[in-house]
Amino acid sequence: MNNDDDQKNPKNGIDRRDFLKLSAGVAGGMMLSGGVSQLAQAADYPAIGNYPVGIKGSSVFMGIAVPRTGPYSAQGEDEIKGYLLAIDHINKGSSLARAYSPNSHKGVMGKKIEYGIADNQTKPNVAVQAISKFISEHKAMMITGSVSSAVAIAAGKLCDRERTIYLPAISGSNATTGKDCQRYSFRACHFAYTSAKALAPVIKNALGAGKKVAYLTPDYTYGHSVYNSMKQFTEAQGWSTVNNQLPPLGTSDFSTYLLNIANSGADVLVNICFGRDAVISTKQAKQFGLLDKMTLVMPYMAPFFEEEVGADLLQGVYGTTEFWWTLAEKNPMAKEFVADFEKKNGRKPGWSAHIAFLQTMLWARAVESAHTFHPPTVVAEYEKGNKITTDIGDVSWRAADHQLERPVFVIRGKKPSAMRNKADFYDVVEAVPGADVMPPIELFGCKLGSAT
Amino acid sequence: MPSLPLFLSQLFNGLATGLLLSLISAGLTIIYGTLGVLNLAHGALFMVGAYAGFMALQWTGSFVIAIFGGMIGSLLVGLVMERVIVRFYYQRPPEDQILVTFGIGIVITELVRLSFGGISKPVPIPSWGEGITRMGFLFYPNYRIEMMVFVAIALLALYLLLYRTRLGMIVRAGIEDSLMVNMLGINVYRIFLLVFGIGAMTAGFAGIVTSPILAVTPDMGEVFLVQSFVVIVIGGVGSFPGAIIGGIIAGEIVSLTSMFSPAYSQVMLFAVMAVLLAVRPQGLFGIEGRE
Repeated sequence: MNNDDDQKNPKNGIDRRDFLKLSAGVAGGMMLSGGVSQLAQAADYPAIGNYPVGIKGSSVFMGIAVPRTGPYSAQGEDEIKGYLLAIDHINKGSSLARAYSPNSHKGVMGKKIEYGIADNQTKPNVAVQAISKFISEHKAMMITGSVSSAVAIAAGKLCDRERTIYLPAISGSNATTGKDCQRYSFRACHFAYTSAKALAPVIKNALGAGKKVAYLTPDYTYGHSVYNSMKQFTEAQGWSTVNNQLPPLGTSDFSTYLLNIANSGADVLVNICFGRDAVISTKQAKQFGLLDKMTLVMPYMAPFFEEEVGADLLQGVYGTTEFWWTLAEKNPMAKEFVADFEKKNGRKPGWSAHIAFLQTMLWARAVESAHTFHPPTVVAEYEKGNKITTDIGDVSWRAADHQLERPVFVIRGKKPSAMRNKADFYDVVEAVPGADVMPPIELFGCKLGSAT
Repeated sequence: MPSLPLFLSQLFNGLATGLLLSLISAGLTIIYGTLGVLNLAHGALFMVGAYAGFMALQWTGSFVIAIFGGMIGSLLVGLVMERVIVRFYYQRPPEDQILVTFGIGIVITELVRLSFGGISKPVPIPSWGEGITRMGFLFYPNYRIEMMVFVAIALLALYLLLYRTRLGMIVRAGIEDSLMVNMLGINVYRIFLLVFGIGAMTAGFAGIVTSPILAVTPDMGEVFLVQSFVVIVIGGVGSFPGAIIGGIIAGEIVSLTSMFSPAYSQVMLFAVMAVLLAVRPQGLFGIEGRE
């Protein structure tokens, strides 16, 4: 039935639309379509993962595991808001949902998305427990959510073993789609390599040649990745690395690290910390007088950083982001997303909400295009690498490492006097096309496993 | 090898962070010493001080009033906590006390998260705290130096209260033998309420004075709770001088270790605690066999 629909759709678009106006007909049609397609699926594909038990009912379960406590909790909460908005749009079959996934009606393949939310506490072991429960007890067909790459990598490994699609939200490490890439995981956000490659020429133009750089690097996979990539691209343009400090994730007093940096003779401070750590370390760097003699660069800018440190400190600071709300001024899809998010939550979305929304939409699209929830077929659909229209422009999945080729936005903190409203913190200096910044596939050693 | 100026900078920084730990641990240790209750909600009370101070700052714009606001906020929450829940646990086994205070801590933290959200609240450095002081090779933020002074004053006030007043005498007697104090006709339970309030207020004071250098978030107290446990174990559980010396030692361990390898600074803290527990289980200033 679904296949028939899709074939008719382009030819008889108007007929179909008329048909949809008859509400009774719609209800009947949807039930019939759901019922028949289920039989067809069950007959067509062998059981794997939670297929087909996970799609027996009229709904499909999506497991959301994000940090709700600890240094990344603000970003985790924002991700939840993005997921809920996406689920709402998909379940209603809104025009925005259909802009991402033209085959969508209400729900995914006619099934309402149901969800569970768990606190992964930014700890890989806690995340693994929560996700196992989603998969075994709720028969989840898709797992999503992350702020820490350490969590994203652990979750990816588990879901790959369970043959369940896993979609990290925030994950900045090169390893996520590099040496720890997984057949069942797909990353949509920018990351260490693409950020550094997009940012390095911009800061060289702005700050000049021959700069000496000190790094504040959170001591885990994400931090090391961004440090390595920034070091590579800044040294290639003639800058030198003079110091690297490695505070653990969740540090509250950075004074010892900052004293070491203060004595290093650097004139650029690259702060790789994320979430609350970024806020505290930057405030303390200011108090230690570091920002008076060094220019601050935040290669992987955390959502809400701007709000928490304030415009005074932020002006002139360069960084990269996955999304910034002023993109709504140029893109109608982004406009609808930002407007609806703001209506529901009373504030602009952070990029944490955006990436959650985007990942959910891209998943719905992949399932609808595959005409099945059968996990290996959905994976194969992702791997086709078709061009997809989104609110950040055209994007496509790279089959070899499951990284989304997508633009990276270089941003700069505005002067407080230049802000048009209280949320107008950044200028989007450049939208660097994904094709210009993607790493060669072999660089980070991704070897995808089997899908079955 | 690190240079001498860096070494001295870190030594000074260790003293600054250590004094703060001393104050937080002092609050924890006098509650434990007197009441026998290990208050796992101490970190939450630290956080309440920061939020109460933040609110006072929003209303008045004065950081001095914010400090008092933070102290009063934590004091009130502490008093309610003692009257409504904790006092019913004085006679119960320690594991019950630990569970109930741990639970109270979670409830307070989540209530704050519900009301204020997870994004940190800005508490800027007061205008008189801005800038940096240069002392030859050493430079240090003015506010941190002032914070050391605040903390030292608070510690002195606690010392005077404990060692120079009648109340302090009763409290110290209570630490030694609360049954005996009770038999002497002193209402131990009223003293307990008072001590709990003082301990809570200490945490609240520490919370608001550190707010300008930290991010004010619902779970900001957790790190300090863990570190202050290490401090009182090093210094001797229930000992006021132990908390002070333990705090400074802990601050120096973290600061000096991170000069060589930041990643090991916390590990070193726990390693020292483990060694000390093996050599001197009662801690530096603890008395053997005291509960």
